Amino acid sequence: MISAKDLTKRYARTTAVDQISFEVVKGQIVGFLGPNGAGKTTTMRMLTCFLPPSAGTAQVAGFDVLEQPLEVKKRIGYLPETPPIYPEMETAEYLKFVGKLKGLSGAKLQKRVDYVSERCAIGDVKKKLLGKLSKGYRQRVGLAQAIIHNPDVLILDEPTSGLDPKQINETRELIKDLAGEHTIILSTHILPEVEQTCEQVIIINKGKLVATDSVKNLQARARGAESVVVEVAGRAGTLDAAIVQHKLEQVAGVSRVLCKQQIDSRAVFEVESQKGRFVRGDLARTVVESGWDLNELRPSAMSLEEIFLQLTASEVSAQDEEPVLQEVQQ
Amino acid sequence: MRNAWIICRKELGSYFVSPVAYLLLTMFGLICGFFFWNELAYFVVESIQMQMRGQNFPMNINEQIIRPLLSNVAVIGLFFIPMITMRLFAEEKRTGTIELLATSPIRDLEVILGKWMAAVILYACLLLFTALNFTFLFKYGNPDWKPLLIGYLGLLLQAGALLAIGTFISSLTKNQIIAGAATFGVELLLWVCGWVSGYETATWAKVLAYMSVITHFDSFGRGVLDSKDAIYYVTLIFLGLFFTARSMESLRWRS
Repeated sequence: MISAKDLTKRYARTTAVDQISFEVVKGQIVGFLGPNGAGKTTTMRMLTCFLPPSAGTAQVAGFDVLEQPLEVKKRIGYLPETPPIYPEMETAEYLKFVGKLKGLSGAKLQKRVDYVSERCAIGDVKKKLLGKLSKGYRQRVGLAQAIIHNPDVLILDEPTSGLDPKQINETRELIKDLAGEHTIILSTHILPEVEQTCEQVIIINKGKLVATDSVKNLQARARGAESVVVEVAGRAGTLDAAIVQHKLEQVAGVSRVLCKQQIDSRAVFEVESQKGRFVRGDLARTVVESGWDLNELRPSAMSLEEIFLQLTASEVSAQDEEPVLQEVQQ
Repeated sequence: MRNAWIICRKELGSYFVSPVAYLLLTMFGLICGFFFWNELAYFVVESIQMQMRGQNFPMNINEQIIRPLLSNVAVIGLFFIPMITMRLFAEEKRTGTIELLATSPIRDLEVILGKWMAAVILYACLLLFTALNFTFLFKYGNPDWKPLLIGYLGLLLQAGALLAIGTFISSLTKNQIIAGAATFGVELLLWVCGWVSGYETATWAKVLAYMSVITHFDSFGRGVLDSKDAIYYVTLIFLGLFFTARSMESLRWRS
């Protein structure tokens, strides 16, 4: 339904989106995941023909966003981050206006307005001014305008931002509900949202595609192996991290040992076990028997959150660690 | 064209739902009414003086009331036009509703035409308000209606040109005040640049004088439909709307 190939958006000094390629199958809900400023909105704007890509192509329902923008726009419903509402209009009047813009008219328009009002539960505010509506209602009106012309593709930019928990749940349910009829792309920086609503995840960071996989696969990746954080301290005030790492790697069932941090005679390791192996006891014994102190030993569940952080925040954490080391040395 | 009309209806709606239209109508009506009363009172005093002196100098309603009044309305319009156009695009850009328009299956040109048409219709309503004054002249006097009609055509053309410029300036910024102030400044310049012809006869002065929006209104005010002046206004309208289209396009490439 949607396919992007090497989609790129460059501004004067920065590259907001850098060669992103992905495919979305008809009827799927896809989560666009990334920290703020990752390029989610820019990508969505290119798919909706609001911004032309600097390079690369994108097709929606078989139409190219650059070559046939009008055809693409007919098949897309778009909810920007702030719902595009006119505060001086009444809800029903606004929906009619948007419906006309999208090419509806007459009895069909009226039918769609009634339908989306019911679907998005905004029937009771039909005669109210949009400017006087609460944030939750505005968001729902925004969703209603996005689906008014029954588009093939729905693009929702952070549909739950700024809502209270109850409204967030309602909105998510509504989006899930819509999935059967429309192909949906939604962007978010909230992980549980993706876990709850989406089938497929596209993770982007700093304009680059980091991972694209189904939620199930990512979660399986998370559950399969045990990951343990071990902090080891040397007794004599010195510690050779390389030796510790080597020792830990010798423990049966350990697949990978990573030295995450070393401060003076303390070192923090992250140990990953092979699938289905329980290694915490062996790790503790190895450390103590080798004559080191075991300061900390805790399981770190590989949640989607962690995968996400690992994938997106690698550079950030590297920058953060240096000042800490300097402070300790002083 | 259907799409342009949808946009136009929406813009008219927001003018007339908010107090904007009524405020403009009231102020415009009051100011033009005052000028009308002024001209009329002057005319009455003069005609009494003529009678007392026993002179038989012809008094002409068209020349002595309608023509100066139309010129006044043309200048007063300069002050009101920025208030009509400043929100057209600036507000949509600020609130983000421009994204709705830009992602709907509708051409940029249709959006621009719709907005400009709404502004012209609102201005036509203002002009209609001033026409009420002239009904008194027809009731108590016997003015020629054809020059008056051409005068109004001129006012509408001039406003169309200035509104197109205002629309363009509004599409350049998110800030309504900047849009309004800049439009007002440009319009004032386009008015006063004609004054140089009063003391200078060089070519550049002639060019400046030709650019002035108000000098082109003179012939309309006299009731003369001069194609040169009509073409000037129509050209300005096209230029204004054309630049607006370019500005909307560049918004996409930059933003």
